[in-house]
Amino acid sequence: MNYTRAIEIFKQSATYNLAKLLLNQAQDFFETIGEISIRTVQVLKFILLDIAKLNFNKKLIIEQCSRFAVDSLPITLSIVGMCSIIISMQVAPEMVKQGGEKFVGMLMGVVMTRELGAIMSGFAIISMIGSAYASEIATMRVTEQIDALKVLKVNPVEYLFVPRVIAGFLMMPVIVIISSTFGLLCGGIAAYLSAHVSKLNYISSLWQGLYVKDITVGLAKSACFGATIALISCTCGYLAYGGAKGVGLSTTKSVVWSFVAICIIDYIFAALFFF
Amino acid sequence: MTTEKLFKESIKKMSIEVKNLTKSFKGKTILDDISFKVEDGEILAVVGLSGAGKSTILKLICGLTKPDSGEITVSPGDIAMAFQYSALFDSLNVFDNIAFALTERKEFKNKYTKEELKEIVAQKLKLVGLEGIEEKMPHELSGGMQKRVSFARAIVTNPNTILYDEPTAGLDPVSSTIIEDYIVRLKEQLKATSIIVTHQLSTIQRCADKVIMLYNTKVVYSGTPQDMINGGNEYTRQFIDACIEGPMKVAGIENPEQVN
Repeated sequence: MNYTRAIEIFKQSATYNLAKLLLNQAQDFFETIGEISIRTVQVLKFILLDIAKLNFNKKLIIEQCSRFAVDSLPITLSIVGMCSIIISMQVAPEMVKQGGEKFVGMLMGVVMTRELGAIMSGFAIISMIGSAYASEIATMRVTEQIDALKVLKVNPVEYLFVPRVIAGFLMMPVIVIISSTFGLLCGGIAAYLSAHVSKLNYISSLWQGLYVKDITVGLAKSACFGATIALISCTCGYLAYGGAKGVGLSTTKSVVWSFVAICIIDYIFAALFFF
Repeated sequence: MTTEKLFKESIKKMSIEVKNLTKSFKGKTILDDISFKVEDGEILAVVGLSGAGKSTILKLICGLTKPDSGEITVSPGDIAMAFQYSALFDSLNVFDNIAFALTERKEFKNKYTKEELKEIVAQKLKLVGLEGIEEKMPHELSGGMQKRVSFARAIVTNPNTILYDEPTAGLDPVSSTIIEDYIVRLKEQLKATSIIVTHQLSTIQRCADKVIMLYNTKVVYSGTPQDMINGGNEYTRQFIDACIEGPMKVAGIENPEQVN
């Protein structure tokens, strides 16, 4: 009797509840990792089968590509543009003071092609497209639309995941090219306005700072970002359960996991190609 | 029984057979050793308290979830399901919703021309009494209309088994009657075997050929709607009279005094 009472008291304690919370978090973490791995394999299988049969669902892919690019471009341009303005405004005056006016463009070029263009666009895409994918699929899950797909014998992974992942893979580099170009333009204007760096100096040093390797690695990285964001967002949405709260939780989860994932991918690319 | 009647009985084909079905979720048994049969072209109504596992039976039959043990045999052919809240694809209009299986399912893909699809969709919409609404979005339709569109979507592949999950839930009595009429009409026109999960006595009376009642993971009644209404057993009497006192206890309300 005393033993049962002791267990009851322990179950009400902060230690027990904290341990339970941590265990639940750990379980959720490993379940999500497992789900993402399974979906990755399934998506790759469907893409490879489509490639082998040359039988893509063109209508859905085009629809998702236009959504991915058009919906996200204004916010991506704003974020990348503002970041390059801020960097240029802070760095250019210092460099001019130290006599490095000719290196402002080079610095902006390296920063933009190697890192800023892809990662900032990635963050913009997560907030704009990833969260939309997650909430859309989560709503479909909680309103039985995914069950309806299954009953109609349409594979949800093939119908929902594959076009979105392909759209992410194809359109992200396009977005990065456009936003990086815009970012370099904004950086040049900011350098001119804040430190009177001449257009000629900026463009000529920028030209020296653009390396083919940086550009190709940056674009390959951005394609990986696009596919990863789409895959994680779709998976988190697919795992949703319950009602409105479940949709909200899955959207939050997709944003957090996508941020972490693209940081890890960014690190892997940096370690592989720039060290 | 006459020889002719006996012969007719013997050629009656089995359409759905559920044998010793058991299903549990997170350690809690929902269905325990359930068995029943639905003959070809019949409508079976599954009734019971909320949480008795009625919808789970439908999900098991259409393969959305797998049983722990037991056997489900369904005659070859398509199985369609009309969901409780319609489950129409809200990003697609009525036409795309109904034509969905014909445009996205591998076996039908590129099989029909646009004109043929238009004709099929119009025909299915006519069958559920909704003509000329192809361009409307699901949110522009009333609850009853959404249900009927979901019926049209379910029957687009001419299935021989149709499962209805609470088809009249949340509808006013008039809309419920319309839905019930369409269920009977679909049965007659498609000769499909159907299972209806419902709480409505009117749906059982108007549509069903047979009724089973679930309680506490078991089938506690199996018979015709007429027998159920005319007597049945203590479980069906409690269900029909909608009284708290009886063999069935609602979770959390162990005795009537607690209600007060």
